[in-house]
Amino acid sequence: MNQRINITLKLFAQYREGNFKVEQRVCKSGTTPQDIIDELGITKHLPLGILMVNAKHENEKYVLQEGDTLSLFPKVGGG
Amino acid sequence: MADMIYRVNMATMSFKIEDVPADWMGLGGRGLTSVIVASEVDPECHPLGPNNKMVFAPGLLSGTSAANSGRNSLGAKSPLTGGIKESNVGGTLAGIMAKLGVKALIIEGIPEDDSTFYHIHVSKNHVKIEAVPNLVGKDNYFVLDAMEKKYNKKVAVMTIARPGEMKMLVSNISVRDPKGKLRSYGRGGLGAVMGSKKIKCITIDAENYKEVTYANSDKFKEASKIFTKSLKDNPISGEGMPAFGTNVLVNIINEAGALPSRNFRTGNSENAEKICGETMAENIKARNGSTTHGCHAGCVIQCSQTYNDKDGNYLTSGFEYEMIWAFGANLGIDNLDTIAAIDALMDDLGLDAIEMGVCLGLAVDAGILKYGDGEEAFRLIKDEVPNGTPIGRILGAGTGYLGKLYGLVRVPVVKNQSIPAYEPRAIKGQGVTFVTTPMGADHTAGYAVGSNILNVGGTVDPLKKDGQIELSRNLQIASAAIDSTGMCLFIAFSAIDDPVCLPALIDMLNARFGTTLTGDDVTNLGKMILKTERAFNIKAGLTSADDRMPEFMKYETLPPHNVTWDFTNEEIDEFWNF
Repeated sequence: MNQRINITLKLFAQYREGNFKVEQRVCKSGTTPQDIIDELGITKHLPLGILMVNAKHENEKYVLQEGDTLSLFPKVGGG
Repeated sequence: MADMIYRVNMATMSFKIEDVPADWMGLGGRGLTSVIVASEVDPECHPLGPNNKMVFAPGLLSGTSAANSGRNSLGAKSPLTGGIKESNVGGTLAGIMAKLGVKALIIEGIPEDDSTFYHIHVSKNHVKIEAVPNLVGKDNYFVLDAMEKKYNKKVAVMTIARPGEMKMLVSNISVRDPKGKLRSYGRGGLGAVMGSKKIKCITIDAENYKEVTYANSDKFKEASKIFTKSLKDNPISGEGMPAFGTNVLVNIINEAGALPSRNFRTGNSENAEKICGETMAENIKARNGSTTHGCHAGCVIQCSQTYNDKDGNYLTSGFEYEMIWAFGANLGIDNLDTIAAIDALMDDLGLDAIEMGVCLGLAVDAGILKYGDGEEAFRLIKDEVPNGTPIGRILGAGTGYLGKLYGLVRVPVVKNQSIPAYEPRAIKGQGVTFVTTPMGADHTAGYAVGSNILNVGGTVDPLKKDGQIELSRNLQIASAAIDSTGMCLFIAFSAIDDPVCLPALIDMLNARFGTTLTGDDVTNLGKMILKTERAFNIKAGLTSADDRMPEFMKYETLPPHNVTWDFTNEEIDEFWNF
């Protein structure tokens, strides 16, 4: 499991506060969105609303692949 | 004293105050306006002729202490769609009308003397109609100032500007909000109907009203408390919307590949980060604006805002996602301040942000302006549209007519009304709402974006057809019912996901009126409204062939998901089987 993958990580709405908007990351192969969420600690105060990988909804257990874009949102809405 | 129907006849310049017929007693808001329009307006009438009527009605809970109950409905035959229209608005109107005991205000006829415009003032048991030549040719804020000077700061005001006087289909009707700014009956060209009746403005007296009565005041308070708490505890209505406004949607819809850009050519906009809700909130904070503002008294969500310019001076409020999408992504203006200036200008001119914005996006295809040219967009709206120049008249007729006049094929309308802010090919449930709602393409009629994108009310894959018809149907039924209560549609985020919210809403209705309504009754009300509206449209000449997406979306794939609109006609027509 020494293989590394490159991903793009995007945060939105309140998750940006004290963090970043977008970041390129190198992760070890097998990394899931949950691993990243835990590391960032963003869901401590505000639960996860929407998780997308490459513009499609995924769940926290998805295994990230080389070149993936992971987007994380708290619950948001409008209309 | 019981609520009454106030009826104004512009042909005879007279009014009547009538008892509420038994059939209308249990109705309010959209339910009442659609039932009255269906029973009194000839569906074949010309929408700008003497036989169309305007019906204003507060919701069933408007005027009460219930949170977010300040929406007022307006019904008429739409000159834009040729079908029935219900448009609703916040502001101070609903509460004031309800407290005055006006169940509905019906305006009929057209004045014989059409050389001037008129002002209608409704007070307790009286309606005054007077010519207002000094207001002719003036725009909304001028009228608002004149009315505030004439009466008092509290009077409810509805007004049209020059485009409404000229009966342009992009014109709306503006309503005063609690801070003296404007909200709008936005869609369907209803400003043109008011213009056709030669009505410049309507005011509703706020001095002589009485508080509304409750059949069971204690039960009402109890239910109201639960309801308010539910809205405040909800992460969307309680946190996200006050912080970022509805414009928080730019990024999520863009990330989902469903933000219509360059006149619906792609689902991503290169401008998203520059125009998104997060950037807007940063600007607001840095410039001493405010991210929170309620469009009506009693709003606990506060999704509106005060947006200042770089020098900290007021620029606009009610700066919504659909507006920012239309001018930012679809027309390509990458500067939020320019879009805000256009928003403020359109408030004053009474123009529907969606119809005007989509129309200008199409005007790029027509060669009228260039993609991203905010300065020219501002000029066209400021100098051409309200002055009724030939190009102003063409743009003022809306997207559908612009497409016809310039021989364009990629014309994003359903029932001649512009498609708003959500790519139907990539949010298919929302597409079902756009084609089936009797209103013409309208995002509020059944907000499938919730389950398709936002994980609200379950999850339905936005790129697949499965489950979308049923989803849209259920949402449209629920929305028609909510639109009858006077409630802001944003209570739905809580109503769908919090099991105590909807029962509390029904408890409030029962405590207000002494009824024993159940959830089924509310669903049946929603069904009745939709069927009434559909029946009107059929009599007006609309058919299943009008429940269709523009053809280009069927053969042109939309990046990044490379999807088309792939529902069959039979699948869509299944919607009405209920």
